[in-house]
Amino acid sequence: MADSRHLSSSVSDKNKIIVKNLKKNFGSLEVLKDINVEVSEGEVVVLIGPSGSGKSTFLRCLNQLEKVTSGQIIIDGHDVTDKHTDINKVRENIGMVFQHFNLFNHLTVLKNMTLAPVHLKTLSKAEAKDKAMKLLERVGLADKAEAYPSQLSGGQKQRVAIARALEMNPDIMLFDEPTSALDPEMVGEVLSVMKELAREGMTMVVVTHEIGFAREVASRVIFMEGGYIVEEGTPEEVFNHPKEPRTIDFLSKVL
Amino acid sequence: MVMIIQTYGTMLIKALGQTVLLTVLSLVFAMIIGMAFGLMNVGHNRVLNFIGTVYVDAVRGVPLIVLAYFIYFGIPQGIHSLGFTDFRMGPLLAGTITLSMNCGAYMAEIIRAGIQSVDRGQMEAGRSLGLSYGAGMALIVVPQAIRTMIPSIINQFIITLKDSSILSVIAFPELVNVGKTIMGNTMKCLETWAIIGVMYMIVIITLSKVSKKIERRVNRGR
Repeated sequence: MADSRHLSSSVSDKNKIIVKNLKKNFGSLEVLKDINVEVSEGEVVVLIGPSGSGKSTFLRCLNQLEKVTSGQIIIDGHDVTDKHTDINKVRENIGMVFQHFNLFNHLTVLKNMTLAPVHLKTLSKAEAKDKAMKLLERVGLADKAEAYPSQLSGGQKQRVAIARALEMNPDIMLFDEPTSALDPEMVGEVLSVMKELAREGMTMVVVTHEIGFAREVASRVIFMEGGYIVEEGTPEEVFNHPKEPRTIDFLSKVL
Repeated sequence: MVMIIQTYGTMLIKALGQTVLLTVLSLVFAMIIGMAFGLMNVGHNRVLNFIGTVYVDAVRGVPLIVLAYFIYFGIPQGIHSLGFTDFRMGPLLAGTITLSMNCGAYMAEIIRAGIQSVDRGQMEAGRSLGLSYGAGMALIVVPQAIRTMIPSIINQFIITLKDSSILSVIAFPELVNVGKTIMGNTMKCLETWAIIGVMYMIVIITLSKVSKKIERRVNRGR
């Protein structure tokens, strides 16, 4: 154990995300109880597990939407748990996609996408608009640039949300149950955008119940329960040859 | 009735002007006060939360007439006793402070509730893109909160306009104060107060009509 940790720190420059001894409590409730994970560049890590297992909390700790109780999280070499780190700067490089889309309801699709880069001056107005149009093209929604979120279907909203995150040019993307709030017929369109992203080499951490997606795209599957990582491995290892009884039990319910 | 309007018409119009002036001035300051304390109350800074809560509780816990007396009579006396004996505070200044403080406390609650009615995910999405808390508030949360706040804000405007009548007790020459003078001079109580009642009504009904229109326009965009 100590050896593997030593080894991992020596190759840490390749690691986009390093999580060490992460603990998170909500009051007296321990949601995460010692999580250690490393994600290297271009990896697609899929987190599965029953609800309440801490998957979403873990994801939200990575970009500090939740403050950690103890432990360390290093993103691209920046310790985000250190209060001297400019978390806003680090977040510019971490895109996040939410279960409920969280599009800005008072703004058009285009404004949703250009708001942050223009305000933060990472892009000029013209550049931001250009880039937004290209991204909308990519997710198949170029004709919706002037629409308001309320005029879009769930699947369209989520594709806009992905495009909005990509507009910041992140090198890590976090997905928090991106298809859980969608009607079944819209799941496919969102997953296909995510698959394309994975193929292009984006580093991704995905919380999902879409086992099919995990099998096809994940480079690693992590099964969490009760605030611990119970088992991890390739999709083949975890889905076809699970070792832990709790993993076997969970998979028997969802597969 | 005709006699009152003929004799006191200009005086009444002037008084209405004073009522409106006092109300508008107070609303402007109340918006600023309300924004400041409202934002203090939604943030996560405990000291600011505490200050905001104390302000709202203190002002809401005191009748407007007590606040008016305290500011118009109490404050100058306090300042005089500190040695600044030529300090003066006119009824307009005292009245504006009183109404602004009072209306500001209610406005703070409207603004707090409006901001809290915006889904938390909106701020989280903004923060996840790298925006600061302040930018998230200004660009994402407040613009959406204003939509839900508008009817309550206009309602508060109307209440403040009515509350301005209480400032007749500190000799501010607004409608009720002038009404008392007219009543004293003419002894025609029924006519005097009927006229003044109608004057308030006209202004307030106009205001509510405008507010309905604004509300409809704002909701159309949703």
